[in-house]
Amino acid sequence: MEITGYLLQQFINGLQLGAVYALIALGYTMVYGVLRLINFAHGDIFMLGAFIAYYLISKFAIPIYLVFIITMFCTAGVGYIIEKVAYKPLRGAPKISLLITAVGVSLFLEYFLSLNAIFTANYIGFPRPFEVVNYDLSLFTVTNIQILIFATTGVSLVLLYLLIYRTKQGKAMRAVSYDQEVAALMGINIDRTISFTFMVGAALAGVGGILYGIAYPQINVFMGVMPGIKSFIAAVLGGIGIIHGAVIGGFIIGISEVFVSAFLSSTFRDGVIFVILFLVLLLKPSGIFGKRIEKV
Amino acid sequence: MNVLEVENLRKSFGGVKAVDSISFHVREGETVSIIGPNGAGKTTVFNLITGFYKLDEGSVLFRNREITGLSPFRLPRLGMGRTFQNMRLFGELTVFENLLSGMLRKNGYNIFSTLFRTNHYFETESKAEEKARELIDFFHLSGKEDYPANSLPYGEQRRLELARALSIEPNLLLIDEPGAGMNPKEIQDLIETIRAVKERFSLTLLIIEHQMGLVMSLSDRVIVMDFGEKIMEGLPDEVRKDTRVIEAYLGEEFTG
Amino acid sequence: MNFFIESRKILLLALLVYGALKVLFVFGLLSQYIEQITLFSFIMIIASLGLNVIYGYTGQFSLGHAAFYGIGAYTSAYLTKVFEIEGVIPFLPALLLSGLLTGCAGYVIGIPILKLRDDFLAIATLGFGTLFRVLLDNSDKFAEALGGSRGFVGIPRITNLELTLSVTVFLILITRNLIFSRYGLFWRSIKADELASVSIGIDTAKMKLMAFSYGCFLAGIGGGLYAHLYTFLHPSNFDILKSIDFLIIVIIGGMGSITGTIYAGLIWVGFIEGLRIVLPAEMLDLRWVIIPLLLILLMMWKPYGLITKRSR
Repeated sequence: MEITGYLLQQFINGLQLGAVYALIALGYTMVYGVLRLINFAHGDIFMLGAFIAYYLISKFAIPIYLVFIITMFCTAGVGYIIEKVAYKPLRGAPKISLLITAVGVSLFLEYFLSLNAIFTANYIGFPRPFEVVNYDLSLFTVTNIQILIFATTGVSLVLLYLLIYRTKQGKAMRAVSYDQEVAALMGINIDRTISFTFMVGAALAGVGGILYGIAYPQINVFMGVMPGIKSFIAAVLGGIGIIHGAVIGGFIIGISEVFVSAFLSSTFRDGVIFVILFLVLLLKPSGIFGKRIEKV
Repeated sequence: MNVLEVENLRKSFGGVKAVDSISFHVREGETVSIIGPNGAGKTTVFNLITGFYKLDEGSVLFRNREITGLSPFRLPRLGMGRTFQNMRLFGELTVFENLLSGMLRKNGYNIFSTLFRTNHYFETESKAEEKARELIDFFHLSGKEDYPANSLPYGEQRRLELARALSIEPNLLLIDEPGAGMNPKEIQDLIETIRAVKERFSLTLLIIEHQMGLVMSLSDRVIVMDFGEKIMEGLPDEVRKDTRVIEAYLGEEFTG
Repeated sequence: MNFFIESRKILLLALLVYGALKVLFVFGLLSQYIEQITLFSFIMIIASLGLNVIYGYTGQFSLGHAAFYGIGAYTSAYLTKVFEIEGVIPFLPALLLSGLLTGCAGYVIGIPILKLRDDFLAIATLGFGTLFRVLLDNSDKFAEALGGSRGFVGIPRITNLELTLSVTVFLILITRNLIFSRYGLFWRSIKADELASVSIGIDTAKMKLMAFSYGCFLAGIGGGLYAHLYTFLHPSNFDILKSIDFLIIVIIGGMGSITGTIYAGLIWVGFIEGLRIVLPAEMLDLRWVIIPLLLILLMMWKPYGLITKRSR
């Protein structure tokens, strides 16, 4: 009985982490869909989300739902600017040049913000916007933070689903992912669609940043690096470019990480994620939900 | 002697049969063409023979040796050369280097010779260079040795790809749509080139082609494919007159 | 014999460089600090040449080069500690061994990851680099001497001008001989078109592995010299920023150019260390902002590299 409870408790904790990874992974997978680019800077947008929320909560003390809305707008704006300034001039350049640029943008954001004049490289305590409450459900406990995370992630996913499958803009995104040239011939504005995709992805990463800050209340300019890489791995695991793949991949990664920390050692929690990556890349590079393509 | 014996080849992609029980053989010194409408599975047959795709079923014998399941880089070493439908040159390498690569692959030297520049290294290099020059002359590419391959005009790129396939001194050469994107005058030149190449390098040829003129004037035998199956095989004249071929090729125009 | 005849110009040039530097060093015309970064720039050239073989010539993008540099550094430092090596001559086999071990590590890691292409290869090498960093941070749990996140201390200072310069020149010559041989040609063929390379009988998997492990070998030798120049190693010296350093040198120098890498290595180290002199102490961290910014601008300006055009 006790072990079942412990397992369930760890599972809930894994879901909590996995939900954040899923939110970040969505941005990776959508951007990869339209641009075939691993947007390395995406993890840093997640970090920015946490910092913006930190300032909104600690300096302005505004209600939590407004924190979410303002943060999403801000990170979406940053996503828009990054795409316009750094990636758009490289349309048509070799793929690797775009990738190197993305790495550059990521490092630039991290080290620029870590300057002493800005955020510094120190850890900052993230203010709790509300008292933490534990609900004892006999077998395991759930915190109101976890409920907030699950609810926010759920709502975000539903909204994203509606956006992608029920709106014209979403249709354009799907068309561009499928075949950019054909989409252009059909009169879809490619640049606008790409910008829009970046903004949606960045907004979701912003949400992830806030939730992460609330759940693990220590933030730092480099906090986006590992979650960023892990979420990308989650996207690859689910099948890059596939929306539900990113979500399920995120949960798998989150749960694996928590279980490894709980049953082996937290030293190996990063290691196991990379083992997963290598296994996926070797066994099925197209991911769980991807189709295998063979072409000469 | 049969240079190539293809037995019961099968391949499907995600449930779609791309090639369905194809069998044929090519005798030494012959020129055999595979024709058929777009999507008939001709290039898939090439990719199965050359090992670029894994077979679902069937076997391929090359010079009486079972080559099914061999890694694709093994086949050129056994004497099977190929060109590609969508032309694949080493674009940023020079014309000369495009040919040298194959030559030095076939006749090379080991790592010790490389690092310490033994006499064997210099001898092998200059022999390869000499042979590369012969090919360059043969394909009328003289004066362009040091141009990057992708800076050549289309026709010359096509010739260079053929030359590169010959740089490994193959017995059997598989040519995938040599006449693609060429006008009738260029096709005529191409026919002459292929004849001369075959004669000079004593080759056996297997050609995929759309241009009927080219197929009819070069082939000893013709294999016709449609929907992944071999619908007939015969002399060029027989094929030309066969109603099944006309149907497959011209579709509604004749039947409807 | 041919080896030396063919290399006589370079050897002569190296001798001149040695003479000039030796005079400057002996008469104390350069500060200790300048001497140190001169040697450091040679080390950077060696390791960057390795990345150039992997990426510039063979087209296999790697974001984990610093990890291999680190393997060489930690291995050699561990060897000198265990065998209590202090002199240059006994250090040579230790250095060679660390290079070879790093090459083997590259081989083993290359087997699975070199099947991947472009961005997936990038993420796999980045993954390896990150994993290596985690391993280093916890290295004291496996062997106390490695120091974990506190760093590896007390490494003897063995790297000197003679050792660094002769190793650098020797490796440049070896690399040149490889590049201007059938192997170099196969590498470049693979970079240009992998399938076409297969069609002329090149064993692409084997050739990519060869390029990758040789590139890692060079990184390992560079790391070994580095460890015995600065006498202190810290996991943060071998993270992604370091990999970016090598990448920038390869890109500035022109991918697939040996001389370009040599110039770019000197320029880059000079630039970074120059900033240390120019920038006031409290703004030193700006360097880590300038590096990625330069990388971005470099990509926008010339996505194919800068200094030289190569030819055979």
